[in-house]
Amino acid sequence: MTTEPPVLLLREHFDTLLEALARRGYKVVGPTVSEGTIVYDEVSRAEDLPVGWTDEQEGGRYRLKRRDDAALFGYAVGAQSWKQYLHPPRLRLVKADRDASGRMSFSDGDDAEPERYAFLGVRSCELHAMTIQDRVFLGSGVADTHYERRRKRVFSIGVSCGVAGGTCFCVSMGTGPQVTDRTPHDLALTEVIEEERHYFILTAGSDEGREVLAGLPVTPAGETEVSAAKQRVDQTAATMGRRMNAEGVRELLLENLEHPRWDDVAQRCLTCANCTLVCPTCFCTTVEDVADLTGDHAERWRRWDSCFTLDFTWMHGGSARQSGKSRYRQWLTHKLSTWHDQFGSSGCVGCGRCITWCPVGIDLTQEIAAFRDHPITPSPSQP
Amino acid sequence: MSTCFDDPDPEAPKAVSMLPEPYVVVSRNQETADTFTIALRPADGGVMRSFAPGQFNMLYAFGTGESAISISGSPEDGGVLVHTIRRVGAVTSALDRLAPGSVVGLRGPFGSPWPMQQVRGRDLVFVAGGIGLAPLRPAILQVFSHRADYGRIVILAGARSPADVIFHDELHSWMQEPDTEVQLTVDRADADWHHHVGVVTTLIPRARFDPANAVAMVCGPEIMMRFTAVEMARIGLPEARIFVTLERNMKCAVGLCGHCQFGPEFICRDGPVFRHDRIRHWFSHREV
Amino acid sequence: MSTTLEPILRKHPFFAEMEDATIQLISGCAKNVRYRAGKLVAKQGTPADEFFLIREGRLAMEMPSPLGGTQRLQTADDGDVVGWSWLVPPYHWHFDLRAVSEVRAFSIDGRCLRNKCENDPRFGYEMMKRFSTLMADRLEATRLQLMDLYCGPALPTIP
Repeated sequence: MTTEPPVLLLREHFDTLLEALARRGYKVVGPTVSEGTIVYDEVSRAEDLPVGWTDEQEGGRYRLKRRDDAALFGYAVGAQSWKQYLHPPRLRLVKADRDASGRMSFSDGDDAEPERYAFLGVRSCELHAMTIQDRVFLGSGVADTHYERRRKRVFSIGVSCGVAGGTCFCVSMGTGPQVTDRTPHDLALTEVIEEERHYFILTAGSDEGREVLAGLPVTPAGETEVSAAKQRVDQTAATMGRRMNAEGVRELLLENLEHPRWDDVAQRCLTCANCTLVCPTCFCTTVEDVADLTGDHAERWRRWDSCFTLDFTWMHGGSARQSGKSRYRQWLTHKLSTWHDQFGSSGCVGCGRCITWCPVGIDLTQEIAAFRDHPITPSPSQP
Repeated sequence: MSTCFDDPDPEAPKAVSMLPEPYVVVSRNQETADTFTIALRPADGGVMRSFAPGQFNMLYAFGTGESAISISGSPEDGGVLVHTIRRVGAVTSALDRLAPGSVVGLRGPFGSPWPMQQVRGRDLVFVAGGIGLAPLRPAILQVFSHRADYGRIVILAGARSPADVIFHDELHSWMQEPDTEVQLTVDRADADWHHHVGVVTTLIPRARFDPANAVAMVCGPEIMMRFTAVEMARIGLPEARIFVTLERNMKCAVGLCGHCQFGPEFICRDGPVFRHDRIRHWFSHREV
Repeated sequence: MSTTLEPILRKHPFFAEMEDATIQLISGCAKNVRYRAGKLVAKQGTPADEFFLIREGRLAMEMPSPLGGTQRLQTADDGDVVGWSWLVPPYHWHFDLRAVSEVRAFSIDGRCLRNKCENDPRFGYEMMKRFSTLMADRLEATRLQLMDLYCGPALPTIP
């Protein structure tokens, strides 16, 4: 990928970016304020974004509050992630029909043309999450065609973070806050607000990104402006709300599968599945079969599922993971340990959503610290 | 001769589509009170899919859902795909109600097979519990149709009671095969039962085979497979020569839905057949 | 009789790794028996004055069923030892013992052996070790049978 000099887009020209994307046929989705949280929704102009808002995040706590400026991206991630667009919560997989003679036929239930989305404001942790889901759905043998069709249509505009959320730990996971060429993107921007000026430093990450940039009223970015942008991202990196020592976590958890800490966390965990729903990499699904009243038309729907439900491992005779302890252990060991075996990386990008949206504030960075402080089996012999 | 094997044969056929194909029920046989066998062939002139012993299909009962069912017929019978099914839930009950001529949806075959190529020349010990004999049957049939390629054959089959023994007549016919030992056992019996009574693992030390050369293929509940591995170790058959097949809730059968994870393994894709030493670590923990 | 039986007794797995003196003590209480298929060899509740070392054939342990008839609960084959009731008061058979096939076995006189155990604690301890192993094996097998192994994936029911 060629590295071209960054360019500068003034805040007052920001709408030209949205217009350019719309002209190219994209439906632009980005952060908006709705019912006290930041959610992804359609945006057509800069004012649709959470202008002048930021968030306070802690274990089990999320609040929006006013900033003293008019930043467009002055907050961290909300509950939603982009996976809802690429890996829809509900998807019709199969349509089945049966005629009077009993003949059965099947057709693709995901037969509508997917929307062409431009994702505006994708944080570095989220670009990493998308890369991880690419490996899950496209990189391990059988491709998920539903994901593939949606993913390849997306135009993504990354944003390097100007503020760290209270539960963020992307620095620990090596996934942010700076958008880099390690994760595919079309455009990347950093927001800078100075006393006199409000502007964005932009770089293109793809040919299409370059094309879009070429049509915008941008000017070459000076060294001062580029360094002002970098300084803001460096400041974000230095003020992460959480830290986790990710070194050797795969082995740490494998060696501590019978650690009493699992009982401890099970006392707190409600097995509500919030963490899996807000996680940008969790990918598990189940299926539901429905038939109409004639009995001749049936459908098979896929929907998000969670390893925290008792049903998840149900077989005749019962569930393989009956205790909450075993289900939390499955989630955490999958995310941080066996994910490496399956997909060659951690399943965690340090976005902190699972901490913020846990109703009881369970914090995986604290859980990992607890295992690290008091390991029960420091043996090196693991599979 | 090496005492170690690779993971299950890699060249097994793989299906990719999430769309079922219609198959017609050609015949139906009641095995026991709750277990039945159906033979399927492609409807509407569709192409019959080949499979390797140990693989499974997802069978779809119209409007009710899919269930993972191992293939229990011979891989060399190109005419039909045979499935032996125990009625335990909504889908298997719906499949149970299908008369010959009915249509089901089928996706497959999926999963890793028994290592039939790698075990040529070996003594083979098949240990089956209950319906666990069904996924072993394609391997057994393949062995008997290529008898000279294998050493001594031992089949140890356990069931709850004499009435719960599946493939009863076939088991007796296998007893007549050369250099073959078939031992049946049940948990409780009446006086008409002349075979063993007791758990299937007690048959292991009695069976005549060469532990230094033999390969075991085991299918049954997890606890039975664990005890089998213990008994095999006791007589000197190392776990790198024990293959087991695991069962979990499965939805997609291609490693995408996450349900069947067992430690790092997706049982549908990396299994269901595993070399025992590869998964032993996870067997030793509960509720994995 | 003991002098003639001892060499063939030694071939039975029960005597593996047993000291010569111990084998001689036991062979003094041994006799050869043969049962035809179907024969009731021992009846529940009757004095257990012997145990069996099966040379060939199959013996079944049976219990009267509450629904009438008997239930066959375990079988023993060539090389197995059957019967521990001779060693445990009140020295009554705890099950019916029936020959499933024609059976050739050694019958060991339990009363004779009990006396030897009383008089020779070292020998008694040796017998206790071997029979407690037998009882543990039977108990383990019974537990597994109770678990109804084949009827499901045997998932944990008490997390």
